[in-house]
Amino acid sequence: MNELIQKAKSLLESNTVQVVIGYGKGSADKTRAIFLTKPEDCDQLLFDSRCVQNLAVYLTKHEIKHLGKPAIVAPIPVLRSILQLAAENQLKESDLVVLGVSPESKLIEFESFGAIEVFLETHKIEIDEKYKATIDKIKAMPVSERFAFWMEELEPCFKCYACRAACPLCYCPKCTVENNQPQWIPAASHLLGNLEWHVMRAMHLAGRCTDCEACYTACPMGIPIHLLTKSMLQDVEEHFGPYGPSVGKQNTLSSFNPDDKESFIR
Amino acid sequence: MQIENYLIRKSSLEKLFNNLIGNGKTVYAPKAHEKRILFEEVKAFSEITDNYLVTTNAAKSVVFPRTEKLFSYKKTKDTTEIIDASTETVPEVVLWGTRPCDAAAFIPLTDTFNGDYPDVLYNNRRGKVYLLSFSCATCDEYCFCTSVNGGPGNTAGSDILFTKLSTGDYLAEAITEKGKQLVAVNQSLFEAAPAEEKEPNLAKVKTYFNQDEIQAKLQNLFENPVWDEKSRACLGCGSCAFVCPVCSCFDIQDEKHGSKGSRLRCWDSCGFGLFTLHTSGHNPRETQGARWRQRILHKFLYMPNKSKVAGCVGCGRCSRVCPADINILETVTSI
Repeated sequence: MNELIQKAKSLLESNTVQVVIGYGKGSADKTRAIFLTKPEDCDQLLFDSRCVQNLAVYLTKHEIKHLGKPAIVAPIPVLRSILQLAAENQLKESDLVVLGVSPESKLIEFESFGAIEVFLETHKIEIDEKYKATIDKIKAMPVSERFAFWMEELEPCFKCYACRAACPLCYCPKCTVENNQPQWIPAASHLLGNLEWHVMRAMHLAGRCTDCEACYTACPMGIPIHLLTKSMLQDVEEHFGPYGPSVGKQNTLSSFNPDDKESFIR
Repeated sequence: MQIENYLIRKSSLEKLFNNLIGNGKTVYAPKAHEKRILFEEVKAFSEITDNYLVTTNAAKSVVFPRTEKLFSYKKTKDTTEIIDASTETVPEVVLWGTRPCDAAAFIPLTDTFNGDYPDVLYNNRRGKVYLLSFSCATCDEYCFCTSVNGGPGNTAGSDILFTKLSTGDYLAEAITEKGKQLVAVNQSLFEAAPAEEKEPNLAKVKTYFNQDEIQAKLQNLFENPVWDEKSRACLGCGSCAFVCPVCSCFDIQDEKHGSKGSRLRCWDSCGFGLFTLHTSGHNPRETQGARWRQRILHKFLYMPNKSKVAGCVGCGRCSRVCPADINILETVTSI
């Protein structure tokens, strides 16, 4: 921890970065994202198992970009998001300093996005067995039962869009759901509106989602929307091979190639 | 109005519940789920949980549904028929298990929907709601009702307020005409007022600030770094507004299916980037800081200026659910 604090301090002192995005003490027993601009404030940084918010979400927010070049405290889920953002041309290496945090809570400095990729080779996305079992159970349901399951789960959704807001990959300046000419997705949070919203979100994240669970953690209603993205991850793996964020590679699904072997796309 | 005090036995609560159902009322009460406790329609007393501080969602959706049809239309070759939303199909609803903060929230909410003109749909629903609240015996670090003129045993807004006594039985305070009527039709369940005092059975909620002082300070605080500082982590979602029992901003949406369609009133939030976005593309509240300022000023300055009651009841729901841990109490106490 001390290593991280010292590094953050020196980055601010040398003006290499103008802001450090990290975790600090929150209300009650929570931690929260903090934005440090002065070296003397860096002692507020902490890292432990409560630090689950995916900080990469702030890298594309204009209020944060406005603060200057950032250094970001990056445990594995954040590292994955950074690579995926880079793969989608949302980040350049020169845009930020990555303060990696290993599973043992040790500071890892990365020279390049390539170095992050090498590190993540040994820390691949793995869907937890308990989720696999739940997904298998849902997939085994007859269609009507599965539909009823999701209708019941999605009923409490009031479309606060915390799932979207917390997701580092939901950076579109104008989301599909905000398009009203034509209105693709009903804005209302009735059952159809909720269903279409969550299906659309999952589909847009297929082949991009890095399984950080920020959407589920953010949902005030505790709706298991991460089961949708996890299931998409499994599907991507089954049809296209294992997914891992990688700079320079095209996204599994949301890419266009004139030589695609599928004729419908051309 | 004079409050009437009674005693109701623990065992009689279920009888009261059954009588309400028997009399054709729809009852909403706190129901426990894996990751949430929601006000939901319940048919049996056993479905209700009493192990909650406050529910995750607010009870406001009973009077202000998250999506409400205002009217629908049908077009034929030559005519367009407009069908107003029916006020007759709205059932009588008993809100069972609201907290004093939840009940108090109906006061500013009703003010809002009766500002420039009385909102027929809201007033119809509100008129059919009975508020049967339960005092708070516990609180947490997010609770601050006593700072906004409320309290763990505050009667304002409730029809009947139940306070659990050391014996396990309840003090029942019938506050409004509606509450007294409910007592009258269930007279056999209500006994003479208990001797035990109410106060020692209530949570000790710390008072952090004085609403009048905050209101005075906010008069000259439009330009202040506190708004950006306290909202820096804001992700721009609407969870704070949607769990808030007082927030009432809405958006109008039209949905059409061929020659038929309807106009809907849907919840909106000042946290959203689309909030107050002009057709020109200009938004007077362009950053989360400006949106956070709007939220605080609306609740603690504009609303009490206009209707004498703050737009915050100190339930703490917004701070509990915020995915970025933005804490309303922290902002208000730092100004």
